[in-house]
Amino acid sequence: MVLTGAEIVIRSLQEEKAEYVFGYPGGAVLHIYDALFQQENVRHVLVRHEQAAVHAADGYSRSTGKVGVALVTSGPGATNAVTGIATAYCDSIPLVIISGQVPTAAIGQDAFQEVDTVGITRPCVKHNFLVRDARDIASTIKKAFYLARTGRPGPVLVDIPKDVTAAKAEFEYPAEISMRSYNPVVKGHHGQIKKAVQLLLEAKRPMIYTGGGVILADAAEALTKLTRMLGFPITNTLMGLGGYPASDRQYLGMPGMHGTYEANMSMHYCDVLLAVGARFDDRVIGDPNHFASEPRKIIHVDIDPSSISKRVKVDIPIVGDLKEVLEEMIRQLEAGTQRPNAEQLAPWWKQVEEWRSRECMKFKNSDEIIKPQFVVQKLWEVTGGDAFVTSDVGQHQMWASQYYRFDQPRRWLNSGGLGTMGVGLPYAMGAQLANPGRPVACVTGEASIQMNIQELSTCKQFRLPIKICNLNNRYLGMVRQWQQLFHGGRYSESYMDSLPDFSRLAESYGHVGMKIERPGDVEGALREAFARKNDLVFLDFQVDPTENVYPMVQGGKGLTEMILSAEDL
Amino acid sequence: MRHVISLLIENESGALSRVSGLFSARGYNIESLTVAPTEDASMSRMTIVTVGSDEIIEQITKQLNKLVEVVKVVDISEAAHIERELMLIKVRATGKDREEMKRTADIFRARIIDVTDASYVIELTGNQSKLDAFLGAIDSSLILETVRSGICGIGRGDRVLKI
Ligand SMILES: Cc1cc2nc3c(=O)[nH]c(=O)nc-3n(C[C@H](O)[C@H](O)[C@H](O)COP(=O)(O)OP(=O)(O)OC[C@H]3O[C@@H](n4cnc5c(N)ncnc54)[C@H](O)[C@@H]3O)c2cc1C
Ligand SMILES: Cc1ncc(C[n+]2csc(CCOP(=O)(O)OP(=O)(O)O)c2C)c(N)n1
Ligand SMILES: [Mg+2]
Repeated sequence: MVLTGAEIVIRSLQEEKAEYVFGYPGGAVLHIYDALFQQENVRHVLVRHEQAAVHAADGYSRSTGKVGVALVTSGPGATNAVTGIATAYCDSIPLVIISGQVPTAAIGQDAFQEVDTVGITRPCVKHNFLVRDARDIASTIKKAFYLARTGRPGPVLVDIPKDVTAAKAEFEYPAEISMRSYNPVVKGHHGQIKKAVQLLLEAKRPMIYTGGGVILADAAEALTKLTRMLGFPITNTLMGLGGYPASDRQYLGMPGMHGTYEANMSMHYCDVLLAVGARFDDRVIGDPNHFASEPRKIIHVDIDPSSISKRVKVDIPIVGDLKEVLEEMIRQLEAGTQRPNAEQLAPWWKQVEEWRSRECMKFKNSDEIIKPQFVVQKLWEVTGGDAFVTSDVGQHQMWASQYYRFDQPRRWLNSGGLGTMGVGLPYAMGAQLANPGRPVACVTGEASIQMNIQELSTCKQFRLPIKICNLNNRYLGMVRQWQQLFHGGRYSESYMDSLPDFSRLAESYGHVGMKIERPGDVEGALREAFARKNDLVFLDFQVDPTENVYPMVQGGKGLTEMILSAEDL
Repeated sequence: MRHVISLLIENESGALSRVSGLFSARGYNIESLTVAPTEDASMSRMTIVTVGSDEIIEQITKQLNKLVEVVKVVDISEAAHIERELMLIKVRATGKDREEMKRTADIFRARIIDVTDASYVIELTGNQSKLDAFLGAIDSSLILETVRSGICGIGRGDRVLKI
């Protein structure tokens, strides 16, 4: 069948079963929008800024595991998308971004709305393509989806010049794709897994440390089974929350800069560390030399060999897909004669419980002023721990991760690697579209929400009943915290002056706004908001502007050198 | 430590910038980089000379392998191998310098490939140190210009980089 390039683009998206395309039109993609108009399978979500298009596609992907799709025009459309692409890249989220480009003959001529999109995005995509011939569109889009979702996932950009979308070509969607230069390892090495299982059985002070890889690999079930079989303590990174049920006794909370005392002490003093789909980030292990100062054996499972022995030297590397590897570990454990020995672990658990009894997550609540931690606790209670929770970046993000207890994967959506303020609302849009009728909460700050506040309009158009919980402390709180602790209390440019009245702003977009000023009103407001099943409700919580996030490991310090509360200062 | 990394990469536009971009983005060293298509025109072969600790070299090979268009990577300096570089050098050659320059070129088995009454162009192939030695052996004030190709490398014996 002979089609135009634009029609081939849309047909290819249909073949990939893309439900939604998040995008914004412009000159270079007019043909594609025309083809989009003439069909009904792929639904387009018109955002108000291209950055939000990519974030929303990213949120859609994080909440479902499917590939998210965004469509932007050339020049400013593409440059606006870059922050979204880099955000997805840093957290390994599978996306396909289609960008329009000036006509082939105009490339390199400093044409109107021309930028070198492939060049600009090269360092923040898994791969990108410039399609020069309509006959290559279908196979390139096939490759893009394949690359995005296999191996270590990531965003893939396809740049298509306008004339290529107008040209005609025979359409046939390839059934299979193979690339001689791209063959990610899936199955882990049997012998390495055997060595790892033996080491785990011999461990006296074992610890399991898992990350975003567990979520990306849909391996939460296998991880939970293995962890229970072994009876070891476990911690999930900020990206891995929900990989193991947070309400379980074996779970020690998050590790790292704002992790729990028990998780960090156990990471540091264990004798065998099983690292699963986590990349020893500097926000997790602090100073690598300090971390290396305590001897321990490390088993590291990851699909990307470059994640292994990058920051920390590993004793047993296992390259492969987590689900495969964890299931193989379970099989070997079941087949073997040796069983994990609870008695052997008892002294270690005694130590761990002692650390846990410090109750490092306790905070002083107040009757007068709303504590941000209290809002998140109530959010957890009111939603029964069953909501999709997105966040932006700052103190509110940490409180959301600490006080909302995630028992399931793909419920917690945040920007960990790039730390992009402004993701919260578009992530919630993607999650809400992917999960209609389910509760979606966006925990944000008065500064972050303003980075993509225009999306309140998109939410109205698409009737997305998101509950926005704005922890309004009138400060760039995370910045203020560092200035208080490390810059002599000189609050340089961290006060948020001239804030809008958020509840009235939300109302002017056609939503419901609430301003909550007293602790006693928090729960009622949340209940009312979630009872309004069809409305977006903007809850503007006036919270204590002086509250800080604890525990804290200062940047560059070791995991055991924690500040547990304000009293430690 | 100095390493010589050879790789096969799809012969696509932009492939070179993916490799060079990787080195600059991650702060890796490039001493030289050469690239040209192989006997199979769909693939290019690249030789990269770099310097780094064992950990850095390990990351470099892993990161190169991770590039979607890279087909195969080997550190050929891990075993017996041959390195060659081509240098073209234009020197002033007048009076008694003419004979002297010719003699030095002969000793290094270099060839004079262009002659005018005032200059020579000399072609010399060898490993890096041989080219350096030649530059050291001639009077530096006579050098008009030099151009070096960067290193090409290949494993000795039955070590073959092929798909
Ligand atoms: C303000 C702020 C504070 C922060 N504080 C903390 C903190 O206190 N604690 C904390 O933990 N983080 C914190 N972070 C987040 C931190 O910056 C990192 O983003 C995070 O720790 C990385 O998580 P990860 O190690 O799970 O890796 P991810 O980035 O999630 O990487 C996933 C890994 O899994 C691998 N993988 C992917 N798919 C598969 C598969 N199918 N099979 C096998 N492997 C796979 C990938 O190759 C990769 O190595 C903070 C971020 C911000 C913005
Ligand atoms: C786009 C972007 N710019 C700057 C920063 C640096 N930054 C990190 S947290 C923060 C303050 C966030 O303020 P707010 O959204 O009010 O959250 P709070 O910390 O007060 O809870 C800033 C400016 C960032 N992460 N992202
Ligand atoms: Mg704030």
